Amino acid sequence: MIPAQFDYVAPASVEDALAALAEHGDDAKIIAGGQSLLPVLRMRLNAPEWIIDLGRIESLRGVRDDGDSIVIGAMTPHSVVGSDPLVAEHATLITRAVEHLADAQVRHRGTFGGALAHADPAGDLGAPVRALGASFVIQGPGGTRTVSADDFFVDLFETAIGDDEILTEVRVPKHTGWGAHYEKFVRVAHQWPIVAVAATVRVEGGTIAEARIGLTNMGSTPLRAAAVEAALAGQPATEAAVRAAAAHAAEGTHPPSDLNGDADYRRHLATVITRRAVLAAAGA
Amino acid sequence: MTRISLTVDGATVADDVEPRMLLVQYLRERLGKTGTVIGCDTSNCGACTVHLDGQSVKSCNVLAVQADGATVTTIEGLAQNGTLHPVQEAFRECHGLQCGFCTPGMIMQSVDLLNNNPSPSEEEIRLGLEGNLCRCTGYHNIVRAVQHAAAQGSSTAGATS
Ligand SMILES: Cc1cc2nc3c(=O)[nH]c(=O)nc-3n(C[C@H](O)[C@H](O)[C@H](O)COP(=O)(O)OP(=O)(O)OC[C@H]3O[C@@H](n4cnc5c(N)ncnc54)[C@H](O)[C@@H]3O)c2cc1C
Ligand code: FES
Ligand code: FES
Repeated sequence: MIPAQFDYVAPASVEDALAALAEHGDDAKIIAGGQSLLPVLRMRLNAPEWIIDLGRIESLRGVRDDGDSIVIGAMTPHSVVGSDPLVAEHATLITRAVEHLADAQVRHRGTFGGALAHADPAGDLGAPVRALGASFVIQGPGGTRTVSADDFFVDLFETAIGDDEILTEVRVPKHTGWGAHYEKFVRVAHQWPIVAVAATVRVEGGTIAEARIGLTNMGSTPLRAAAVEAALAGQPATEAAVRAAAAHAAEGTHPPSDLNGDADYRRHLATVITRRAVLAAAGA
Repeated sequence: MTRISLTVDGATVADDVEPRMLLVQYLRERLGKTGTVIGCDTSNCGACTVHLDGQSVKSCNVLAVQADGATVTTIEGLAQNGTLHPVQEAFRECHGLQCGFCTPGMIMQSVDLLNNNPSPSEEEIRLGLEGNLCRCTGYHNIVRAVQHAAAQGSSTAGATS
C-alpha cells in the first residue's frame, strides 16, 4: 500500500519547521527517519495533510560533549549513535541497546529522537534513557524547555512533546566507567522485545555501589526498577545477591497481555532478564 | 508535485513526483528498475534494499522526496562493464538462492555488511542480514556466499557503493 496524498515541506532550520507546524497545526505530522511513521501511513492508520521533514536540518544531527553530559541530536541515526565513541565511553548502556535495535537498514534511517518521540512501549531506547536519567530538550513557539526522562513518557505512544513542538536533543548525564548491558528477549529477528532490561552499574572492589535499571514493555511507558536498584546498592556482585535483588523486578509494573505472552509471563521474564542483565553489566 | 533530482546507478535523473511516492515505486515505475523488488507491506522483508548515499536502506520505507539530491545504487548498478560484483558472483558460486526473490535485497545488504566489516564471523553475517527474509534457502548458502565473497576480498575488488 502507499500513503494517502499529502503535501510535503523540508525546512532547513528548526525555526522554519516550527513555523510550518504552527501554520498547519493538527493537519501536520513531523517525519524524522520515517521508519515508524511510513509504515503507519502506508497502512493508512494515519493520513496527515502535511508532512514536515526534519531530514534537512543539519543542526539536529550528531553527538557532542557538554561537560557532565553528552548531547545527542534528535536526528542522529541509530547507526551513528551505535558507533559513536562519546556514547560508548559515557553512556555505554545506549550503545548496547542500539546494537540490537531493529536491523541494519532501519538503523541507517531511524533516528534517536524519532524513536523516543514515537514512544512505543516496546521501543528499545526508552528504558536506557530513563535508567541514565536523561533529559529532553523541546523547542516550541514560546522557546525551549527541558523535560526529565521521568516526565517525558506520558502513556502509550504519548510524550510531553506538544503538537506545536519539536524534540531537538537529548542530554545524557555521563556514566563513565559504569558497566552496562541491554538484555532483550525476543522471539523473531529484528523485532521489538517481549520484555527487555537495561542495566548499568558502578562496581567498586567487587561491590555494586550504584545500579540503574530500566524496563522495556512492562507497562505503557518505559519504567525504572527502583526496588531492584535499592536492593542492589552495597551488595556483592555475585549470582546469589543479584538473583535476590532481581526478584523485585516486576514490583509496581503493569505489563500488557498479548499474543507474545500474558502479563504473568512477562512479570516472570522481568526477574530472569534483570538477573542476567545486571550480572552481565557487573561483569560477573 | 515536488521536483527531485538524484543519481541512480550512475545516471542523473530528475522528475516531478507526488510526495507520497515511495523510493521503491519511483525506481520501479518511473525508472523501470524492476530489479529492486517489493516483498512485503510492513518493511520487514528487506527485498527492496538499495544503497542511499552508500548505506543500505529499505526503499519501501523511504519517500522518493527524501532521496532528493542523493546517490542511489540498486542491484542493477552493481555490475561494472558487464562484470558481476564479487558478491553477485559469490551468490552464484555458492548457490545462495532458490527462487531468487530475496536475492537483490540479500546482495545489496551483503555488500553493505562487507563494506563495514570486510571479514565478518558467521554470527556477524547472520545478524547483519537479519533485516532480510528468505522463504526458500534456510539461509545456509546465503551465509556461505557472504563468507566466500569475504574470502575473495569483495569490498575492495568490485564496485564500492
Ligand atoms: C522492520 C522494523 C523493525 C524495527 N525494530 C525495532 C526494534 O527492535 N526496536 C525499536 O526500538 N524500534 C524498532 N523499529 C522502529 C525504529 O526504531 C524507528 O526508527 C523509530 O521508532 C522511529 O524513528 P524515526 O526517526 O524513523 O521516526 P519517524 O518514523 O519519522 O517518526 C516517529 C514519530 O515520532 C515523531 N517525531 C519524530 N521525530 C520527532 C522530533 N524530533 N520531534 C517531535 N516529534 C518527532 C513523528 O511525528 C512520528 O509520530 C523498527 C522499525 C522497523 C521498520
Ligand atoms: S518490500 Fe521493503 S522491506 Fe519488504
Ligand atoms: S531464494 Fe526464495 S525467498 Fe530467498
